[in-house]
Amino acid sequence: MLLELQDICFERDNKKILNNINLTIDLEKFIAITGPNGSGKSTLVKIIMGIEKPDSGKIIFNGKDITNLSINERANLGISFAFQQPVKFKGITVYDLLKMSAKKKITKKEACEVLSRVGLCAKEYVDREVNGSLSGGELKRIEIATVVLRGAKLTIFDEPEAGIDLWSFNNLIEVFENMRELIKGTTLIISHQERILNIADEVILLKAGKIANRGSSKDILEQELINKKCCKIRKCNS
Amino acid sequence: MSDKINQIDKDLLNEVSNLDNITSGAYNIRKNGQGIERKVTDNVNIVTKTDKPGIDIYVKENTKFEFIHIPVIITESGLTDLVYNDFYIGKNANVIIIAGCGIHNDHHKDSQHDGIHRFYLEEGAKVKYIEKHYGEGTGDGKRILNPVTEVHLKAGSSMEMESAQIKGVDSTIRETKGVLEENTNFVVTEKIMTHGEQFAKTIFDVELNGENSSTHVTSRSVATNNSKQYFISKIYGNAKSFSHSECDAIIKDNAKVVATPEVTANHVDANLIHEAAIGKIAGEQIIKLMTLGYSEEEAEQEIINGFLK
Ligand SMILES: Nc1ncnc2c1ncn2[C@@H]1O[C@H](COP(=O)(O)OP(=O)(O)OP(=O)(O)O)[C@@H](O)[C@H]1O
Ligand SMILES: [Mg+2]
Repeated sequence: MLLELQDICFERDNKKILNNINLTIDLEKFIAITGPNGSGKSTLVKIIMGIEKPDSGKIIFNGKDITNLSINERANLGISFAFQQPVKFKGITVYDLLKMSAKKKITKKEACEVLSRVGLCAKEYVDREVNGSLSGGELKRIEIATVVLRGAKLTIFDEPEAGIDLWSFNNLIEVFENMRELIKGTTLIISHQERILNIADEVILLKAGKIANRGSSKDILEQELINKKCCKIRKCNS
Repeated sequence: MSDKINQIDKDLLNEVSNLDNITSGAYNIRKNGQGIERKVTDNVNIVTKTDKPGIDIYVKENTKFEFIHIPVIITESGLTDLVYNDFYIGKNANVIIIAGCGIHNDHHKDSQHDGIHRFYLEEGAKVKYIEKHYGEGTGDGKRILNPVTEVHLKAGSSMEMESAQIKGVDSTIRETKGVLEENTNFVVTEKIMTHGEQFAKTIFDVELNGENSSTHVTSRSVATNNSKQYFISKIYGNAKSFSHSECDAIIKDNAKVVATPEVTANHVDANLIHEAAIGKIAGEQIIKLMTLGYSEEEAEQEIINGFLK
């Protein structure tokens, strides 16, 4: 087992954002987390990375209790995180950021290779600053490149598809499909995209801060469809 | 290089401009108020002023891509060095001028260098001017630098000025003045970092007198501890012209940064923009670098290094 969450609770403004989450994730798996807006998906992965601290509960990573470790300690143990909204930096170039991300020294050529892999024409980007002059989609791909380079035991993506156009989306799917061979780690990916859910080993459905379901994407999607129909019928009857 | 130059001098020179590069073109090295080394070339002549301390630098017209180094070093505590350097750049000449001042002060008395640099660019001339300021030493004597730069641009000429003061200067008042004729462009980028009780004041004063003159003034600074920075930009649009001035500052601890824009449009087609952004390092930037394995302190340092790069 790679990761275990025990009784994780997170409450803000009298709202139970995460309500007693218990979860285990195995080595070398591709797991998708899905669920409605505001259901607590981002909060859950931030708690795994250490960006948010749970009010109660325990996080075990690779056999070690990491609940009280800082973000960078977790990063150095092998957790990596791609933000839903990538961070911008004035003065820091794409190459600088990729150099900071890689654990070993990388050449500009290697940096370009990673950029190409996430669908960016590398030459045009490698020397640009990671600032507001880049478009949302470009920033998003650079963000993905930073975590691909880390090659961590556990790589978390928070809605990697957001802001990426339909045409490039196919290439991106390939990036995720290759992730497994590429970095031989576990991928935890928040997504609303059926195509991403379909390539996952397992899908976790989060609703109102609770794990509502867990299984193959086919089962989860089917059950959701049935639930929706039931709801409609119920509404009509009442 | 002569034996007038010892190891401290060499280190200081290397801080303000690379020593090997200095000797590759025309140069004039000034130490403790006196010129100690000089080289002129076919296109660049350097003449000592007779009425006041300083030099006149003449660049022949049509000179292509020559380097001129004029570093100043001060190692004597208690010295106030005032120098006037005038640059006359001929028509269509294209040169890179590297100036800089390094102060090493191990003692109690203040050391001060006030460099007044005036540039006269003829039609079509192009200058890149790089200026670096640096202070070091263990004494409590202050290291003070007050540079004045005055730039006169004739039609079709342009100047790009980069200045940096990253370490060890206790007090600085930096004045940069530009007078622009038609079809000229003046770009200024300055980088300042202050620590401790340091004080830095920057005043830009640019007159856009000619049609299609333009200026872009950027200040990026980091203020830490109890240091104070003032950024004043006065820009006058007296013709159809364009200006963009921006002050971008990171503030830490109890530091203080004040940005005062003063843009005056005296012409209906003057387009003058000012932006100022002052704030602490964004928490999300630190978090992102922490997810890459950097500690909070390391992350801050990386962000500042990038910002001032
Ligand atoms: N620090 C906080 N303080 C108050 N409310 C918070 C805090 N963090 C998250 N929330 C709230 O918790 C809920 C869950 O947020 P979260 O970002 O985890 O949702 P999500 O499932 O990722 O949604 P989306 O699909 O829109 O990205 C939201 O209602 C959000 O406003
Ligand atoms: Mg989210």
